[in-house]
Amino acid sequence: MKKISMNALDALFAKIASTMKLYAPIEKAGQADFYEWSAGEKVRLDVLKTVKSAKDVFFPQVEDLIKFRVEGKSIELNEAPKCEDDFVVFGVRGCDARSFELLDRVFLVDPRDEFYAARRKHGIIVTLACGEPEESCFCTNFGIDPANPCGDASAWIVGDELYIEPRTERGAKLFAELEDADAAPVESAKKEISAIAEKLPFANLDFTGLDGEHLMEKFDDPAWERLSKACLGCGTCTFVCPTCQCYDIRDFDTGHGVTRYRCWDSCMYSDFTLMAAENSRHTQLQRYRQRFMHKLVYFPSNNDGLYSCVGCGRCVAKCPQNLNIVKVIKALGGKKA
Amino acid sequence: MTNNLIPTLGVVTDIRVDTPDIKTFRVEKIGGGKCFEHEPGQCAMLSIPGVGEAMFSITSSPTVTDHQEFSIKKCGCLTSWLHLMEPGQQITIRGPYGKPFPVDTELKGKDLLFIAGGVGLAPLHSVINYCLAKRENYGKIDVVYGSRSKDDLLTIDEIQNEWMKPENDLSVHLTIDRAQEGWDGHVGFVPNYVTELGFDPNKTVLVCGPPIMIKFVLQALDGLGFKKDQIYTTLELRMKCGIGKCGRCNIGDKYVCKDGPVFRFDQLDELPNEY
Ligand SMILES: Cc1cc2nc3c(=O)[nH]c(=O)nc-3n(C[C@H](O)[C@H](O)[C@H](O)COP(=O)(O)OP(=O)(O)OC[C@H]3O[C@@H](n4cnc5c(N)ncnc54)[C@H](O)[C@@H]3O)c2cc1C
Ligand code: SF4
Ligand code: SF4
Ligand code: FES
Repeated sequence: MKKISMNALDALFAKIASTMKLYAPIEKAGQADFYEWSAGEKVRLDVLKTVKSAKDVFFPQVEDLIKFRVEGKSIELNEAPKCEDDFVVFGVRGCDARSFELLDRVFLVDPRDEFYAARRKHGIIVTLACGEPEESCFCTNFGIDPANPCGDASAWIVGDELYIEPRTERGAKLFAELEDADAAPVESAKKEISAIAEKLPFANLDFTGLDGEHLMEKFDDPAWERLSKACLGCGTCTFVCPTCQCYDIRDFDTGHGVTRYRCWDSCMYSDFTLMAAENSRHTQLQRYRQRFMHKLVYFPSNNDGLYSCVGCGRCVAKCPQNLNIVKVIKALGGKKA
Repeated sequence: MTNNLIPTLGVVTDIRVDTPDIKTFRVEKIGGGKCFEHEPGQCAMLSIPGVGEAMFSITSSPTVTDHQEFSIKKCGCLTSWLHLMEPGQQITIRGPYGKPFPVDTELKGKDLLFIAGGVGLAPLHSVINYCLAKRENYGKIDVVYGSRSKDDLLTIDEIQNEWMKPENDLSVHLTIDRAQEGWDGHVGFVPNYVTELGFDPNKTVLVCGPPIMIKFVLQALDGLGFKKDQIYTTLELRMKCGIGKCGRCNIGDKYVCKDGPVFRFDQLDELPNEY
């Protein structure tokens, strides 16, 4: 166990950033998200949930794939550069850290996504325990421990000190120069966090029947009508979600050539599946059902029963219509199919 | 291909006008040869930078050694652009994508019945030519093909001059929706024609076409005693990545681009009807 005074953190960040890129929850325009750190940035380790999740660092909201030059009938094609240097993501919460493992099951399975794979290879993850889990949090349902997150190193804020436990060689190297510390304060902090987590309102959801099987029974459940009725199709829930992975590929004419890029997309949008003759999901009920069936039934069916949700509660907190996955789990779980 | 989202360059070496809105394009690697190997029923992503990228069935048989063909219906941004191309135009191509028809396993040794409507012949075209190239591996082969009018029948020259050659031992049944001058063949919709022809239900069926045609063909086949596990089709959903990651073609626990586009109807029964 290592420790550093919270006051000295800026110096630590400056030191890390002198050799590699460093991402951390940084406040801009009144809202904290993961941005690249530079001197003077306002790091907000006290913010429990960044608005967008940390997935941005590995799977950016917008990312270039190819640059083309078109001349007459000829095309010149240049693949966009991939990440080649190590970088650090500091202050990732346990839920977001687990989301990377779920995204791996999409992007790293054959055929591998090379852009994502390069970032995963070079990313050093420093997690941060959740001092005070909130009412919308339900990560413990998925076996995530907010008191003891994983990663290359894990950190705990105890009073005015930040305690850091390196867990891998890369993590150890990053903090080698910090002073050694007694682990006792962290042990009691963990107990306090666990005590809060146990009492959260959604701590014990019943997933019975949501086992990746009985696909059609869940699909045909009459509850979808009631659950989806108020949905606006705004896509907020998908954009803030650490495990949502749908994307679009588009071309942009820069005036000097064409850039092909990808950007996050949402299954909640009506044009997501629009085709010439018809739209295979033409009602918002169908689109709402797709998002949650994918997370709670389809994904588990293909991934050893793992849900594509980490219980971060962002969709619970952000949906303008107060719809969310917890309501879906309550309606569909808790009964044998 | 080391990176699946990054295409290679191809060049269009020949363009054939098939119908008022369908053209067939021959695509080769720059310098000649096929861009990659494929199996019957697989697809590829074609694109013109700045215009768009879309999925198309590879209509030539894998047994063709020096090029690949695509039959493309003009219906939007990219497809209109492709229709304006001239030979020598470079395009980008990536693939092959999807699972092929099981030509060397489940279909081998079977009597085959192909049923196609309109541009639905495109995905079957490669399978039919593959079967003709390896004729001894299959039993009787029937093709029922229909379109709106005689001018909308795809690759009619090839059908009459190649497929219908006696040595191919292939029965072709053509039909058009409405009677037309200069047409002395069958008139009527494909599903009704299938019922009229009254096929023996021991055949294995491959059907492709507009969803509404497929729906009625299924009823017709059911009436003749065919079971769902004897009937194959291909699904067409909106696609972007082609490799099971962008989420666009997801239905149930399947990705049509990766687990399809070829499905058997008994498999489709286990999936939500979102296609
Ligand atoms: C597995 C597969 C195989 C296909 N094989 C062939 C083929 O062999 N020949 C052929 O002509 N076409 C084929 N298609 C359809 C082809 O991909 C679309 O016609 C094409 O995407 C339209 O592109 P566009 O840029 O011209 O149209 P856009 O300008 O993008 O759109 C025009 C209209 O087409 C709709 N559209 C977009 N994508 C699709 C789609 N995938 N399917 C249907 N409508 C769409 C749009 O919503 C819009 O209404 C196939 C599609 C799939 C998924
Ligand atoms: S569930 Fe809520 S956040 Fe998601 S699309 Fe519907 S209204 Fe928007
Ligand atoms: S579905 Fe909601 S709670 Fe689950 S990971 Fe996504 S945003 Fe978080
Ligand atoms: S096209 Fe992207 S998942 Fe199928």
